[in-house]
Amino acid sequence: MNLITRGIYQIQELTLLTWRVLRSVYRPPYYLREIVHQMDVSGFGSLPIILLTGFFTGAVLALNTGNTLQRFGVQNVSGQLVATSLIRELGPVLTCLMLAGRVGSGIAAELGSMLVSEQIDAMRALGTDPIKKLVIPRIVALVTMAPALTIICDMVGTLGGLLTAMTFQGQASSVYLASAQEAVDFNEIIGGLIKPTVFGFIIAILGCYKGLSTTGGTVGVGRSTTQAMVSASILIIAVDFLLQKLILSVLLQR
Amino acid sequence: MANNLNAIEFIDVSLAFGERVILNRVSFEVHFGEAKVVMGGSGMGKSTLLRLVLGLLKPDSGRILVEGEDITDYTEEQMMSVRRKIGMVFQEGALFDSLSVYDNVAYRLREQHLPESEIEPYVIRMLRFVDLEDVVDKMPNELSGGMRRRVGIARALVGNPKIILYDEPTAGLDPITARTICELALKLRDLEDVSSIFVTHRLQDIDVLSREYVLRDDKGNLVFEQEGDRLCLINTKFIMLKDGDIIFSGTDEKMRLSDNAYIKRFLAG
Repeated sequence: MNLITRGIYQIQELTLLTWRVLRSVYRPPYYLREIVHQMDVSGFGSLPIILLTGFFTGAVLALNTGNTLQRFGVQNVSGQLVATSLIRELGPVLTCLMLAGRVGSGIAAELGSMLVSEQIDAMRALGTDPIKKLVIPRIVALVTMAPALTIICDMVGTLGGLLTAMTFQGQASSVYLASAQEAVDFNEIIGGLIKPTVFGFIIAILGCYKGLSTTGGTVGVGRSTTQAMVSASILIIAVDFLLQKLILSVLLQR
Repeated sequence: MANNLNAIEFIDVSLAFGERVILNRVSFEVHFGEAKVVMGGSGMGKSTLLRLVLGLLKPDSGRILVEGEDITDYTEEQMMSVRRKIGMVFQEGALFDSLSVYDNVAYRLREQHLPESEIEPYVIRMLRFVDLEDVVDKMPNELSGGMRRRVGIARALVGNPKIILYDEPTAGLDPITARTICELALKLRDLEDVSSIFVTHRLQDIDVLSREYVLRDDKGNLVFEQEGDRLCLINTKFIMLKDGDIIFSGTDEKMRLSDNAYIKRFLAG
């Protein structure tokens, strides 16, 4: 297969998988225990890295913009600047890129090794649909956990900005917080939560697809893992642009 | 219906992966209670045969019947009820890494939402059958290759399937463990009346399955006996696959007398 046919083939397979997921998500049996387990592993398990990246991103954002704002004499809006950047853009994208690296690749690796060691076949032979048992719990977990983690990322990021503004720019915390509060607009937050929901789906479905289409034994598992992470990251950034355009023209038109 | 005499029946089944022909208009049947030993070199489509029975793969053409039921065009959901009648023993056991031995064997029962009080004695009984009660709490990666396969057999036996498919269950094992697994297959064939397809390329397996049988003596103990001069009907037939074709089908006596060069070389070891 050349590059173009392979590309089209992959899109077709991915669409088929998505279709099978959407078709069977409402039908029993439901694996609630599995869903909760995945939420714990991929959501709660990612909390430390989200806290760290979120905190330092907010801190560095305040640091970098401090001087510029001071030149125009408006350093009192740094809270708003940090919060808006985080809620709109950095929170969702950063959180989901981290999830793509940590969770998406993990899904591909796990399902890939299950496939090459015949565990997926064994599961089907024992009468369980791997889509329901493996794919849907992971998708549900990421679609719900990505927005939750984004909120946390936004919060600690704003806090990181606050600490920078207080310690290095001598700003009063009340000024920063009051300005940050202005950024917290309802539509802004909705827009900032639509994104991670979509991204969460992208990460999960690509991880599952890459894992379940693994070929070539253990080497293939490594390849799937990398591909799942890289393709999810690229797609997140590309879709982010399209979504932002949509959100700006629908939710945030002034 | 004549079909109802057969546990599994293949009619003109063909399958190719791209240019590679795996099965070329293959037809055979497995009678109830019969063990069908499928032989052939590596990559000759032996495992593919088993996948077709389970509907994990679909043939390009031909029909596949399980207990007289034509499963060729079944959807994944329809296949689920057929799969409940079949136990499959995978090459390396294919145990779920994330689950303990107990949970692996209990898997099928848990999926059917049986109460834990019913599951436990059942699982212990299955593990006793393969002589592995003491590893019940271990994880699969703590087991040896032979133990993993025996757990795989225990898991396949849950739900008392009347059809069992073995995918090279003895490959890469030491002779004693391999013998234990063959004895399990004998027990299932002679005492439980299970129909099976036994894929292998080991001559020792062929000898055990074609020359020995098991019975229960007056005290209820299991006795393994050699087929001697006494008349007995060992319910095992053989199939030899080569390049997608069945080049031999019949009893072991007939196979050992065959003048086909490939079969002669295969049996010479």
